[in-house]
Amino acid sequence: MEGELKEVREAYESGKTRSLSWRLSQLKALLRLLYDKEDDIFKALEQDLGKHRAEAYRDEVGLLIKSVNYAIGNLRKWMTPNKVSVPLVAFPSRADIVPEPLGVVLIFSSWNFPIGLSLEPLIGAISAGNGIIIKPSELAPESAEFLARSVSKYLDDKLVKVITGGPDAGQKLLDHKWDKIFFTGSPRVGRIVMAAAAKHLTPVSLELGGKCPAIMDSLTNARDRKIAVRRIIGGKWVACSGQACIGVDYILVEEKFAPILIDMLKATIKKFYPEFDTLSKIINKHHFQRLASLIKDPSVADTIVHGGSMDSDKLFIEPTILLDPPLDAEIMTEEIFGPLLPVITVKKIEDSIDFIRTRPKPLAIYAFTQDEKLKNRLVSETSSGSLTFNDTMLQFAIDTLPFGGVGASGFGQYHGKFSFDMFSHKKSVMRRSFLLEYSFRYPPWDGWKLPFMRSVFHFDYVSLLLRLLGLKR
Amino acid sequence: MEGGAFDGARAAELTAELRRSFDSGRTRSYEWRAAQLKGIARMIEEKEADIMAALHDDLAKPQMESFLHEISLAKASCTFALKELKRWMKPEKVPASITTFPSSAVILPEPLGIALIISAWNYPFFNLTHVGPTLMGKWNYVSEFRLLSIDPVIGAIAAGNAVALKPSEVSPATSSLFAKVLPTYVDNSCIKVVEGSISETTVLLEQKWDKIFYTGSKNVGRIVMVAAAKHLTPVTLELGGKSPVIVDSNVNIKVTAKRIAVGKWGSNNGQACIAPDYILTTKAFAKTLVDALKITLDKFYGKDPLESADLSRVVNDKHFSRLTNLLNDQNVSGTIIYGGQWDEKRLKIAPTLLLDVPHDTLIMDEEIFGPVLPIITFEKIEQCFDFIQSKEKPLAAYLFTKDKKLEEKFVQTVSAGGILINDTGLHFANPHLPFGGVGESGIGAYHGKFSFDTFSHKKAVLSRSFAGEASARYPPYTQQKQKILRGLINGSFIALLLALIGWPRD
Repeated sequence: MEGELKEVREAYESGKTRSLSWRLSQLKALLRLLYDKEDDIFKALEQDLGKHRAEAYRDEVGLLIKSVNYAIGNLRKWMTPNKVSVPLVAFPSRADIVPEPLGVVLIFSSWNFPIGLSLEPLIGAISAGNGIIIKPSELAPESAEFLARSVSKYLDDKLVKVITGGPDAGQKLLDHKWDKIFFTGSPRVGRIVMAAAAKHLTPVSLELGGKCPAIMDSLTNARDRKIAVRRIIGGKWVACSGQACIGVDYILVEEKFAPILIDMLKATIKKFYPEFDTLSKIINKHHFQRLASLIKDPSVADTIVHGGSMDSDKLFIEPTILLDPPLDAEIMTEEIFGPLLPVITVKKIEDSIDFIRTRPKPLAIYAFTQDEKLKNRLVSETSSGSLTFNDTMLQFAIDTLPFGGVGASGFGQYHGKFSFDMFSHKKSVMRRSFLLEYSFRYPPWDGWKLPFMRSVFHFDYVSLLLRLLGLKR
Repeated sequence: MEGGAFDGARAAELTAELRRSFDSGRTRSYEWRAAQLKGIARMIEEKEADIMAALHDDLAKPQMESFLHEISLAKASCTFALKELKRWMKPEKVPASITTFPSSAVILPEPLGIALIISAWNYPFFNLTHVGPTLMGKWNYVSEFRLLSIDPVIGAIAAGNAVALKPSEVSPATSSLFAKVLPTYVDNSCIKVVEGSISETTVLLEQKWDKIFYTGSKNVGRIVMVAAAKHLTPVTLELGGKSPVIVDSNVNIKVTAKRIAVGKWGSNNGQACIAPDYILTTKAFAKTLVDALKITLDKFYGKDPLESADLSRVVNDKHFSRLTNLLNDQNVSGTIIYGGQWDEKRLKIAPTLLLDVPHDTLIMDEEIFGPVLPIITFEKIEQCFDFIQSKEKPLAAYLFTKDKKLEEKFVQTVSAGGILINDTGLHFANPHLPFGGVGESGIGAYHGKFSFDTFSHKKAVLSRSFAGEASARYPPYTQQKQKILRGLINGSFIALLLALIGWPRD
């Protein structure tokens, strides 16, 4: 490992990554990788997660292709220094903000979208001109192996490397000095990463998770209700069997509409899953046990209104709906990250706001409503990474929207230009000429200099001019 | 400040109160934020005389200079924020994409919550401490703003946060004046000042904050970040470093010498995080440069600089000893070519030039933060570039040259928080430029809108309608659906049309 890290550092210091042409070549190579190796990716995801190829394309490969193309199309613009204004008193001078790479960066990705979460930040890191080490999650081993095999074949293998391994490898990597660390994963490990980064004063971005609620207000139109339910399911089981950081964790609905909602959910689940062959499996036994234990307690199990069946050999858990499980049970205090959907009832839908506010800030809040007042209240009274009305998950696909958490759901944002910015240092550059010296800048500070400076500081150009002309003392 | 020790319980009480105040929503409105900023501006104006007296107590700074810079700068910062606040608070509409049509997308800035702003505090086990926070000069004058880290406070308030400020204990008179006076000008349920040093800062750091902004030394910066990690709190660290100056032979030497001198000794006698720390030049040019600097220093401070009223003193005896020890090093004392006098009683050290001090001395390893300026020479100017890159990334890097090619190379290859060509300190006089470090000189930036941004969360808000439902998103995944999906994700208009008319049917 030491040798590899040294190689990346030296290659980076050689200045190779600075040119637009190197960065474009890498992005284009990444694009070729995604096209050439699509089937291999599908196979790896199928083996690791039982993910259907449509989902693999929709959630990972397709989005990556979109992101790479967006970066290729905009990179030159992103790399161009940004001219800024200078105060008149600093005339003549010129000021720019010049983006430069941070250096050698470390990317930790998570197991649920192992290809997507490794390569999306990679796009940003390459665009910004860094050297890169990716450490994929060992819990998705086929995907990790795929990345280790393919990335070095298509991309510059001295500057972009994949290092596989378990927590030990991760810890060893953290002992080194990085210019930036990007981490996707759990808050527990996020703390460890940040504390390790602190030793070297390394900036970090943490993409964590949380309990993302979906608020279901009453919708007047039956068709809208149907679509809302489909979209909720799209944000729960259709997204890697609920194992998604922006997946719907639980629903909030008014008591009187809960039965209708649950019936519609049941019907739509049946429609989407006549068999469960397109449902992703739970990643491993450990998480399977974790999820099983969430509904083991009778006070929780008694609230199951649909599903509940499990097969530990197949790592299969049926889409399960619960109605008002106890709020202090683990299923309502921890991020579920699985195919269990609690439906929490409230008296008035506005009560959802307090419910959400008294809990840690989630990565996403979803609200299905046509009530403008409720929408405005949600915008100003709740805080989350993102807020989406009348759909789920889609904010992830928009390059112009920053993606990231706040509070317990993390900090740092990426996607689109935000990825480029995340892996860059915005260097201030000001250029002066030797012309035009103002003698009152310098000591000794005689009496006459100070009123002069006062005018300058107050941008009092009239006084300044008068003083310069000797008309005011 | 109430009596009694500021312990863990008091710190918890403080954060609880700030959190209650924030949760009540009072900091969100434009009116509230503007009122606080106006209050701060008014305080600075009305309490000018008291502030000046306190600054004099703390620093014996050339009086009117410190008044002009610190007070006027703080006011100017408030004025700029007030002028821009409405614009900063506005949501930014962004184009959505064909993939999600029809939809509208907005980026909305919102406050992070409760912010802790700390300016430097002394930590006994580490021998390098930053003295006081910095505020960029509104013109070409950089001064150490010892009153408080007013700029981050302004940013935090403009962004709608509740704030706790722990000012630098190194300037006790100004810090306690501020602690007494600020609460009477602002909403003190949301803006609090905590005086103290290590123990107070430690208990503050144990609490959960939504943002921590720290100005000071690297070593303490690490401690702050480790404390923040426990609560996953984002941090901005304004640290320091050794800001180098490269002087090419192709320059206007008189102007160069003056600009270097005022950037070094004209800002609190070198005690500024972006003051030039050391100079690099070619062996051939060294004599010209040194002669010009000597003439300039004679002109600025006279033959007896320790008596000059225009020279600040070293802030306290700890730093005084630190600096005199650096000079007493046997490998250093022989390289003194100008100055080197000091007065322990008055804590004054004269502007001092060193020529070709060995690279492995302490003075070339640590940030000097004082009136000593080493000049290191090399055969070729390119070696100066290499020297800078062999060291940690500094907060500022300066180059004096008329050679455009050299200038471009410097900008492209030298990494620093900020770069200034042909002057010193001036780039910080621009509220449109982000001020912050990189690598060991810090994380994050502020000033102007960057202050607002550093205390904000940019929330993505996406609104979709129920029209345009693409069944291709959902299982069962037929071949047709997969084709549409591919098209949709890649922005195909045809795929969108087909999806919009509901093809394929389920």
